[in-house]
Amino acid sequence: MKAGTKFLVVAAVIVAAVGYLIVAGVRQTGVYYFTPTELAQKAAQDSSFYELGVKVGGANVVPGSVRRDVATQQIDFRISDGRQEYPVSYRGIVPDTFTDADDIEVIVEGRLGRDGTFHATEVLAKCGSRYEAAEEDARRQA
Amino acid sequence: MTLLGTFALWTAFLIGLWGAVIGFSGRWRGRPELEATVTRSTYAVFLALVVASLALWKGLLTHDFNIQYVWAYTSRNLPTYFTVAAFWAGQKGSLLFWAVVLSLFASLAQLLTSNRHRPLLPYVAAVTQSVAVFFIAVMLFAENPFERMAFTPLDGRGLNPQLQNVGMVIHPPMLYLGYISITIPFAFAVAALLSRRLDTGWIHAIRKWTIVSWLFLSIGITLGMWWAYVELGWGGYWAWDPVENASFLPWLTMTAFLHSVMIQEKRGMLKRWNVALVIGTFMLSIFGTFITRSGVIASVHSFAQSEVGYFFLAFLVAAGVFAFTLLYTRWPELEAEVELESMVSREAAFLFNNLALVGIAFSVLWGTLFPILSELVRETKITVGPPFFNRVNIPLGLFLLALTGIGPLIAWRKASRANLRRQFVVPVAVGVLTLAALWAVGARNFYALVALGLAGFVTAAIAQEFWRGVRARGRMHAELPPVALIRLVSRNRRRYGGYIVHVAIVVYFVAFAGMAFKSDTEATLAPGESVTLASPFGHTYTLTHTGVSQYKALNRYVTAAAVRVERDGEDLGIMTSEKRQHFTVEAGQEVQSFEPSTEVAIRSDLQEDLYIVFAGAVAGTEEAVYRFTINPLVWWVWAGGFILVFGGIVTMWPGGAPVGAVRRVPQAGYGVSLAGAGAGASPDAK
Repeated sequence: MKAGTKFLVVAAVIVAAVGYLIVAGVRQTGVYYFTPTELAQKAAQDSSFYELGVKVGGANVVPGSVRRDVATQQIDFRISDGRQEYPVSYRGIVPDTFTDADDIEVIVEGRLGRDGTFHATEVLAKCGSRYEAAEEDARRQA
Repeated sequence: MTLLGTFALWTAFLIGLWGAVIGFSGRWRGRPELEATVTRSTYAVFLALVVASLALWKGLLTHDFNIQYVWAYTSRNLPTYFTVAAFWAGQKGSLLFWAVVLSLFASLAQLLTSNRHRPLLPYVAAVTQSVAVFFIAVMLFAENPFERMAFTPLDGRGLNPQLQNVGMVIHPPMLYLGYISITIPFAFAVAALLSRRLDTGWIHAIRKWTIVSWLFLSIGITLGMWWAYVELGWGGYWAWDPVENASFLPWLTMTAFLHSVMIQEKRGMLKRWNVALVIGTFMLSIFGTFITRSGVIASVHSFAQSEVGYFFLAFLVAAGVFAFTLLYTRWPELEAEVELESMVSREAAFLFNNLALVGIAFSVLWGTLFPILSELVRETKITVGPPFFNRVNIPLGLFLLALTGIGPLIAWRKASRANLRRQFVVPVAVGVLTLAALWAVGARNFYALVALGLAGFVTAAIAQEFWRGVRARGRMHAELPPVALIRLVSRNRRRYGGYIVHVAIVVYFVAFAGMAFKSDTEATLAPGESVTLASPFGHTYTLTHTGVSQYKALNRYVTAAAVRVERDGEDLGIMTSEKRQHFTVEAGQEVQSFEPSTEVAIRSDLQEDLYIVFAGAVAGTEEAVYRFTINPLVWWVWAGGFILVFGGIVTMWPGGAPVGAVRRVPQAGYGVSLAGAGAGASPDAK
């Protein structure tokens, strides 16, 4: 066999291995990403979406809903996308950007319990004003 | 000043457009005066953009809060150096920064390129001017940094506290310099295609540019890791966030190019591949900007989202279609001169290196885009996170690390048994011994063991190369070893500079492997209470909370929590982590600005970092909530960064062999250079 052909064979094996790693990786680590409304629809249709690891985004913290117990690091709050609201329960340290003060967008990862509470294992706060939304305020004022 | 700034932008826009049109048209052929004006138009654009930049800086430094950009990113109580750096804190300023640096690089490319490549230069100018015109157009038609508001606020909004960090002053510019300088190799590739001068000339012309942009990208990425580590407070330095991935992608393909280009120089192979890699790298740098600016993918970075992203998408598509169509039309002229002779050869090692790098790039791109792709295809959004990237990239990264050792040792064309024996016995033995030693001390993490064993192999391989080179010089010229070492490196800068970069890559891998052994604990402590934490190096830390204090500083209120740190009974002093609430002053009133931010406390040594996050005090008491983390070997990430820069500078240092005479060096090992493995294996994320 010519070296060029041999190389192509080995290259094909490597490409297949990369492809396999990617496909298997997505299968085993992929997580659904829903808005609260989508999650409610899915859970209503198919109860296997309860107690399933999902990410919920496109939602904001309901102002005034945050209850913190600093000593136990327990944080309860509600998230909403305007149509569907879920209570969220989380234990751990939340990022600095997570505040109750204004309408911050959050992404929570965890599972929806059958009691309707979302048990988060991770909370990411994406505060619009963090870097750039200031600009929009300026436009509004201007 | 804003009038001057906008006027300067328009001037640059029109001159740039003219240069691009004339340059592409090819009408300058046989008309030296027209050819000269195309070249000079890059200088004119540069000067106009310098004027625009000075205008923006003047606005920033004189606190002209009527300018929307100045108001949005600075305040009166912001330290001056941050005010200067606010130039690139926001989108509009970043665009201007990008444009002015691009035009600087474009001018340097015109000035510094040797006369042998003269016929390429008008086309190079055409490409760089087109890219500059695009950026200026985005500013003029969508995001003008000189936009004024209807009224003048008394004070600005201030700079985000997380951006008030030395790393943030230099990290974005470094990354931008990397992204931007990729335009120059891209311009030369397109120029070579357009002019049909498809020999290795264009590759010689861009050699230093590719290393420069690769270096800037490397520095930018490492600084970004450092910034994330000290400022974001989640305890790691790489989270596979889309914006991080966006910076990693062009780095990967550029690394692939730096290697494959040697195959073309040495053997006349891979010509099409090399052009495609340069085009791909350029597209990935624009793609990175698109991801960062559009917010199409949810990212914790999520700064600066706007419609501007779609300008970049359109530009990306246009540039891609143009460049790849051009490559297709020149396809037959890029035939390889020779065929691969053996699978056991340096050529083959380089080909595998390229496959692995591009494979990593593809998987990172795929994972980054997967939410969008899955939504398009299956109408449900599925995201993948750090577990996906680690699963896929750790094996590929380790494969690359192995190649980093194999590549420089194995012979060109076809390796003989004698060559293999002579070169591999010692390094492989060192690798096996490293593995055995680690096993003996109780390390059991599979990937970490493989990584460290390979690190031993590669280090020994590089040491052997240096040793043999020094010994040969010592014999031939009767030089003492230190003299021989310096002369060896300075006579073969590309080769030995490349080896030094390989050392840096090994150091990165060792540091990444170390993160597999991190340990942490969270605790709520009253003053006087303590917790203990064991480290993987066998130390025991006793951490005692000593109390909380509150005070006001320049532009912030600080709540600080102090911890007395003891290691194995030895007192290491007090470490303080802070919560900060920034404020600005409006009409004599202090107004809170931004969310509270955390200042972590880090104690770093060669073995491990103690990383303390103060998460808050229990209301009305001095009880504090902490997260304590031991991050092994983090120091080595930053050390790797310095070694890498040093190696890169050695590689580029002017002098040595006269330009263009490189082919005359017939020695077997010539041409081995730069950067083997990708940083595929970031061990942990949040």
